[in-house]
Amino acid sequence: MTTDYGKIEKTAKTRKTVLNTITYILLILWAVIVLFPFYWMILTSVKSYSAYNSEYIPAFITLSPTMQNYVDAFTAVPLGRYFVNTVIFTVATTAIMLFVITLAAFAFARLDFKGKNIAFMIFLSLMMIPNELVIITNFVTVTNLDMRNSFPGLILPSVTSVFYIYLLKENFEQIPDSLYYAAKVDGTSDLKYLLRVMIPISKPTLITITILKVIECWNSYVWPRLITDDENYFLVSNGIQEIRENGFGRENIPAMMAAVVVISLPLIILFLIFRKKVMAGVSRGGTKG
Amino acid sequence: MEVVLRNLTKRFPGRDRKKREDVIAVDNFNFEIPDGKLIGLLGPSGCGKSTTLNLISGLLKPTGGRIFFGEDDVTDLPPENRGIGLVFQNYALYPHLTVKQNILFPLQNLKGKDKLSKGEMLEKVTEAARLVQIEDLMDRKPAELSGGQQQRVAIARALVKMPRVLLLDEPLSNLDARLRLKTREEIRRIQRKTGITTIFVTHDQEEAMSISDMIVVMKDGVVQQIGKPQEVYDSPENLFVARFLGTPPINLFEGQVKNGQLYIGEDAVLRLRGIENQEVFVGIRPEGFILQEDGPFCCTLNGVEVMGRDISVVSQNKASLNQSIRAIVGAEHLAGIGKERQATETKVRFALRPHKVFLFSRETEKRIDFEELPIGGSTVSTACDMRGDKYEENKTL
Amino acid sequence: MKKTKLSDSSLKGWLYLLPAILFLGIFMVYPLIDVFIYSFEEGYNSASQTYFGIGWYNYSYILHDPYFLQAVKNTFILVMITVPLSTGIALLISVALSSIKPLRELFQTIYFLPYVTNTLAVGLVFMILFKKTAYTDGLVNLFLNWFGGSSVDFIDGPYQAKMFVLCFYTIWVVMPFKILILTSALSSVDQVYYNAAKVDGTSKFRTFMRITLPMISPMIFYLVITGFIGAFKAYSDAVALFGTNLNAAEMNTIVGYVYDMLYGDSGGYPSYASAAAIILFSIVLTITCINLLISKKKVHY
Repeated sequence: MTTDYGKIEKTAKTRKTVLNTITYILLILWAVIVLFPFYWMILTSVKSYSAYNSEYIPAFITLSPTMQNYVDAFTAVPLGRYFVNTVIFTVATTAIMLFVITLAAFAFARLDFKGKNIAFMIFLSLMMIPNELVIITNFVTVTNLDMRNSFPGLILPSVTSVFYIYLLKENFEQIPDSLYYAAKVDGTSDLKYLLRVMIPISKPTLITITILKVIECWNSYVWPRLITDDENYFLVSNGIQEIRENGFGRENIPAMMAAVVVISLPLIILFLIFRKKVMAGVSRGGTKG
Repeated sequence: MEVVLRNLTKRFPGRDRKKREDVIAVDNFNFEIPDGKLIGLLGPSGCGKSTTLNLISGLLKPTGGRIFFGEDDVTDLPPENRGIGLVFQNYALYPHLTVKQNILFPLQNLKGKDKLSKGEMLEKVTEAARLVQIEDLMDRKPAELSGGQQQRVAIARALVKMPRVLLLDEPLSNLDARLRLKTREEIRRIQRKTGITTIFVTHDQEEAMSISDMIVVMKDGVVQQIGKPQEVYDSPENLFVARFLGTPPINLFEGQVKNGQLYIGEDAVLRLRGIENQEVFVGIRPEGFILQEDGPFCCTLNGVEVMGRDISVVSQNKASLNQSIRAIVGAEHLAGIGKERQATETKVRFALRPHKVFLFSRETEKRIDFEELPIGGSTVSTACDMRGDKYEENKTL
Repeated sequence: MKKTKLSDSSLKGWLYLLPAILFLGIFMVYPLIDVFIYSFEEGYNSASQTYFGIGWYNYSYILHDPYFLQAVKNTFILVMITVPLSTGIALLISVALSSIKPLRELFQTIYFLPYVTNTLAVGLVFMILFKKTAYTDGLVNLFLNWFGGSSVDFIDGPYQAKMFVLCFYTIWVVMPFKILILTSALSSVDQVYYNAAKVDGTSKFRTFMRITLPMISPMIFYLVITGFIGAFKAYSDAVALFGTNLNAAEMNTIVGYVYDMLYGDSGGYPSYASAAAIILFSIVLTITCINLLISKKKVHY
């Protein structure tokens, strides 16, 4: 009896092709599910108000795109203000946080002091505390301090992150001790060593943390919602909610979509630029929210 | 700059929770390092040599004793005020800075009246770079350099402030064998040229011997011997020093002195005077053997390793404390080896050069001085008897 | 070289830590203690800051509150559906993604997009896709009609339909993270094992079940645990789809209930909010512990 290698080869090949096809169909299907809302929001944002409302059966393309909705988004509602607020909030929160966590991580990684280990244990255990548990008192605290509808009230509760302190400390500790001693011999102070050696060496981690924090800030909703009811201090998330409930009138959906596009764009651009860094950063230590 | 260590002692608190005993890393170190010399601190790992270096640098504070640079007591000065340059074992170059920026770094820390202008700084950097011959690497990052080049950058960085004392921690251990030879000459050259008192730490005795003006041999925090390399090699003060110096290492035997004769096993190998009858350790340098057909010291031949100019005769003896005995003799003797056979074994006979033979007390392991007498006929044993069974046990040191 | 003590002053270390300690103390440690106190203070009035007594009344009140029970029910349904489903689909997609070479980076990039989008903003798009209004049935209903189904209002209609949209959107939002973690877990499995299996003639399915799955099981469990924790805290997804008045929409979640008690039209009751938050935390803690216990037995490290 002889083995028919030709036949085996052919079956194997067919099976491979079938499997490959199924694989690609699955991948394309999910890609469509992911991309479709984006497509729809862009499409809708360029349809004119009247065209959109006259479509009982939604059209998949539009032949007469208009920019009017974008103009409306910035004029009819204070989208520009929401935008600026969010930028201020994001930049300030991220900057202060970087300052706070760098100092703390440096203390834990490089300095020797009494009670360091206990302090670090307490810090670590705080990592398990969910935000939902402390937000109630924070709401009361900020209200009592009369910091509602103000940037300090928005920013201050989220300028520390135990997790990022931990992440940065681990990174700092990978820098060889001998660099520190070399710097000591040269008469470098601790602070200068931190600024001139540790921070430049840890730049990749700091960038990762920055990106993650920016994403978190840009999308934050719950705390800003609790702490602001003055439109002048709304961030984009609250803004979009406000627009939805009181904005253009419930039915001007194209204008709403224009606002959504404007809000989504900065982070998407940021992501496309720093794609590798963002994904590496998230897989190292990010969960949504 | 003269460096003086006076009763220098460093204790670390014990790690063990049950036994709170301190670990003594450096014990009562006294030494005056003359100005402008290259000093090798030598010893096995954990002997306290790195700790000593760190005490001199100021990275560690001594538990007791004082350190002087010339007239200045620097014991309580922080490292940056001592005027030292330190080269780390792994070089500790800042990975994010270029070679130039690395060398520049120490200068930028200078404050007050020591502060330099940009031009002066660059001048000094160029000078230091020229000294170690890395002028054409200035814009590279450390990761783009070979080990030898990184080493040079580290030395340049240590030298740029014109330190009073240059300290090198295992400067050659991260280099491959060929670079090591080259670099140690380089270190010698730079030290000569600058005339800076230089102390370096190494566990490699060959390295220390080859370039140092003086070596300090340490063990368990205690200085064993200080002296010029050749002096220390030729007259080790104790068994440890004798064993630690020399490649191939010294050959050790259990022996005894009896009535003016030194016995190794049954062989009376040397006639000597001025020493009482006692059990001793016998150390014989590899070059202390002379191949001689009627030599008094009989061993079983294992083989011969040819090394060109010399040959190494590898043999065994029951009284030996090493796995095998290694004798270095001129290559012209090659033909004469291995003629004498007894049963299945080939025998080889040696006479010894008395000044290459050291005797150490069994109790204190200190060297015992003796006066040799010319090797006379009466000491030659006639039979090559290998039944030295009484030394079979107890062969550990 | 040993780490050595260079600075005698502990003060310096604490000085560097000071900002972090200050912020954590005010906004994390103090609130943590305070929330327990709140939850036991009966009849707390946020205006006058007074209360009648200490006791379990707040807990008993919310446990009898139909809105809270609704929120608990919604949250549990959401968790039970989305966690296994999203993990399963993510695994499927990650395996598919790992088995192809061309276009892989493109797909990975696309799949990650939802992570960087604003939940509230994109939720609005989902609402429009699913919503049925007087003018249009919406896109999803259009598809339903094509396949012979009848139109349903997913946003203001029946409970099941609303729950479906909520689950769907939640899965859409959490997928990027899971796919990312699983693809990197898959790529870290040493190719040697696959080659060995191939030589032995092991079928692809068997290879997956016996080699791949055990090897990446720690990551799967990590995803399940974080998935549970995340899903129990669901809130903004629901707001994005159904608006801020979640109680009226019957779509409230436990976290939503906490915020509603705190603030808004029905707000002003920090004590009730605290009690609800503590109940939520206990549930999450219990489930995480159970997960960890199971994983100890099942996961191959």
